[in-house]
Amino acid sequence: MGIVSRGFHSRARPADVKLPPGQYLTEDFPVLSAGPTPSIAREEWEFTITTESGTRHRWSWRELLALPSERPTVDLHCVTKWSKLGTGWEGVSLDTLFADVETAAEFALVHSYGDYTTNIPLEDLLGGEAWIAYQYEGEDLAPVHGGPARLLVPHLYLWKSAKWVRGMRLLTEDEPGFWESLGYHDYGDPWREQRYQGD
Amino acid sequence: MARAAVPGRLKAPLTWQAARLVGLRDETPSARTLVFDVPGWSGHLAGQHVDVRLTAEDGYSTQRSYSLTSAPDGDRFELTVQRAPDGEVSPYLADVMEIGDLVEIRGPVGGWFVWRPADIRPVLLVGGGSGIAPLMAMIRTRRSLGSRTPFRLIYSVRTPEDGYYASELRTPQPGDGGLEVTHLYTRHTPEGWPRPAKRLQLADLQAHGWPPEFEPVCFVCGPTGFVETAAAQLVALGHDPRRIRTERFGPTGD
Repeated sequence: MGIVSRGFHSRARPADVKLPPGQYLTEDFPVLSAGPTPSIAREEWEFTITTESGTRHRWSWRELLALPSERPTVDLHCVTKWSKLGTGWEGVSLDTLFADVETAAEFALVHSYGDYTTNIPLEDLLGGEAWIAYQYEGEDLAPVHGGPARLLVPHLYLWKSAKWVRGMRLLTEDEPGFWESLGYHDYGDPWREQRYQGD
Repeated sequence: MARAAVPGRLKAPLTWQAARLVGLRDETPSARTLVFDVPGWSGHLAGQHVDVRLTAEDGYSTQRSYSLTSAPDGDRFELTVQRAPDGEVSPYLADVMEIGDLVEIRGPVGGWFVWRPADIRPVLLVGGGSGIAPLMAMIRTRRSLGSRTPFRLIYSVRTPEDGYYASELRTPQPGDGGLEVTHLYTRHTPEGWPRPAKRLQLADLQAHGWPPEFEPVCFVCGPTGFVETAAAQLVALGHDPRRIRTERFGPTGD
């Protein structure tokens, strides 16, 4: 236990809510991003997976929407300490997108419109754990939250769920992304409180 | 986007350190600056933040992040805390803490929304309300180093009473040559103020910012709606989005 802060008292909170360490509950949906919100026309939007051998798989907006979608309800945990529970999304599972992708790579470097990047082990994107999400609570995903489409990897801190996603490069060796190069953890498991390098 | 290592630290764990409150200043009726002393503090870059952890007697603890507002100064640093009426941490920091009390601090953190004095490009700072906090660290760092890098600050607040660091920003301090400060008011203005009370406009950025061809680095910090507006206006004026760094707080409001 840390140093007790004189005069600080815990608040009564619902007993059935279990949050990762250091997180607090929020009802609203905070916005965080490193720069201006990019404006991306759906007609020009594309998503690509480029394998370690250079093979490129590409989906247009229309092709993405033609794929079977899923409607996950997930908890979000942001490294800036807020957690938001039971959020509803619609999108395409990465398993669906990877169905015809041949790769022996273990890592993915995810790219966004606006040049943001983040690295994720490939196994964390597969097995029903990640989506390219384009709807939030039944509405088109708002630009400030990553619309038209964002990656959704709810078991990792939210900076891994790249907004304005446009593709990923598959890598045999891990390569840090944007925040990971600026002191944040390479993996980012909220339950192990992997916020910063060395955690 | 540019990559830069965080100085002084390569995968070494950031540890929690005890911070003792050694000074207090009221900035506005709802915001207070706290001066902390942490023996062996590593120093920080202007724009970085720290995590603050509070622990209750029953073992419950919670954390929040706050921007550092001072220039690097040995073992001391400052945070300015705006009291959120139903907040859990800010009312404690802003109302309950007394000189000599301890909290735990972890940091400094962040390597993107930072101004490095070696970067001599012109700087545009655009702050809304309490979003001035990390921008003030940049102004104070510039001053403390005697930097001549041209700085312009556009600071939007509701009323004159809501402006942080009022005396410091309204009266140039020694070392502030080359810093231009513009206040904007959204609810009501001082008497005789030429600009009517209204939100940030494109014309404000055009009149008081830098032309895009000067290629300034733009730091925009404030509530989400303010930052969305300001960043979009800067892009519309022709600033390269890669030179616009943002830090937002709060929900979208939609």
